[in-house]
Amino acid sequence: MIYIFMFIAAVFVNNIVLSQFLGICPFLGVSKKINTATGMSGAVAFVLTLSTVITWIVYTYLLQPYHLEYLQTVAFILVIASLVQLVEIVLKKISPALYQSLGVFLPLISTNCCILGVAILVIQKHYNLLESVVFAFSTAIGFGLALILFAGIREQLSLLKVPKGMQGMPVALLSAGLLALAFMGFSGIVKI
Amino acid sequence: MKKLGIILNGLVNENPTFVLMLGMCPTLATTTSAVNGLGMGLATMFVLICSNLVISLLKKLIPDNVRIPSYIVVIATFVTLLEMVMKAYVPALYESLGLFIPLIVVNCIVLGRAESFASKHSPFDSMLDGLGIGLGFTFALTLLGMVRELLGAGTFFGLTVFPDSYGILIFVLAPGAFITLAYLLAIINKIRKVS
Repeated sequence: MIYIFMFIAAVFVNNIVLSQFLGICPFLGVSKKINTATGMSGAVAFVLTLSTVITWIVYTYLLQPYHLEYLQTVAFILVIASLVQLVEIVLKKISPALYQSLGVFLPLISTNCCILGVAILVIQKHYNLLESVVFAFSTAIGFGLALILFAGIREQLSLLKVPKGMQGMPVALLSAGLLALAFMGFSGIVKI
Repeated sequence: MKKLGIILNGLVNENPTFVLMLGMCPTLATTTSAVNGLGMGLATMFVLICSNLVISLLKKLIPDNVRIPSYIVVIATFVTLLEMVMKAYVPALYESLGLFIPLIVVNCIVLGRAESFASKHSPFDSMLDGLGIGLGFTFALTLLGMVRELLGAGTFFGLTVFPDSYGILIFVLAPGAFITLAYLLAIINKIRKVS
């Protein structure tokens, strides 16, 4: 039951993009078309879950026993950067079709702050391994939900006549603000 | 004169927030008050100057194939350093910026400047570039923080301007960050077109 609450909290209440401001770059960068947004969400969900598991293991079994907690940032970013490279190579060999759809997004992911952010959050909140996996996966779903919703809005937005000064980024940010406002309505559904 | 140009370039022509639109996560998340925005800007500036300097000094030693991981390690080292110093001397600011201090590592501005400027220019010029871009970022964050703090809580750098019961709370919360930045960008677009 606790895992279901955690899922709802991470997807709706504390949405990673709209209330925690992690992963804004891909949120604004690859949200012009629903197709690319879906691809990006898939890639993020995959890498985020995998990297959280590995960084959790690295922290608990490598850094903590030797009191090297201060190396957390350096270690995590190295793990994430090499993991992304590895995933890219493996995907290319095993499943070219999947690589075709996710491949272009993979290099972008290593500088996506929600990956490192979630890895650090999991450590800060003292989750165990199972909780970390659930948290990472539901966070990724929340990211995907926000990204795809926003891409849908932007596709519609491109058909409208927007005042000159507001064209491009300003109007996109404004609609993101309204989306965040809508997501605030979820606050208080679950307490965790 | 050319040296001054490098600094001004970062502040105006290539302002990381208003022109390049990089590093949006800390821009939106930490600007709940002017002081937080200023703190985040200065922290990023420190990392920018130091990493630009070191990367520029090492540019001949780093092989081309592994340059991105090497840059990331240099940046992460300075971020860890900054984290320790801030924890020791300004614990209150460290608490309120929280997660976003370690996340300077993945701030695209820092890596972007390392790749596009520091790896091609002399150490001194690279430091100036770090200073310029850092100042531009600090300016943008402080401005955004000032507007949000004034509208949301009725204070200016912590000084009361009007009673906070008149404040529009939404500007301090998440949606206000997006909306304030949207209007600031629109105003700046307008000014840039005129001049």
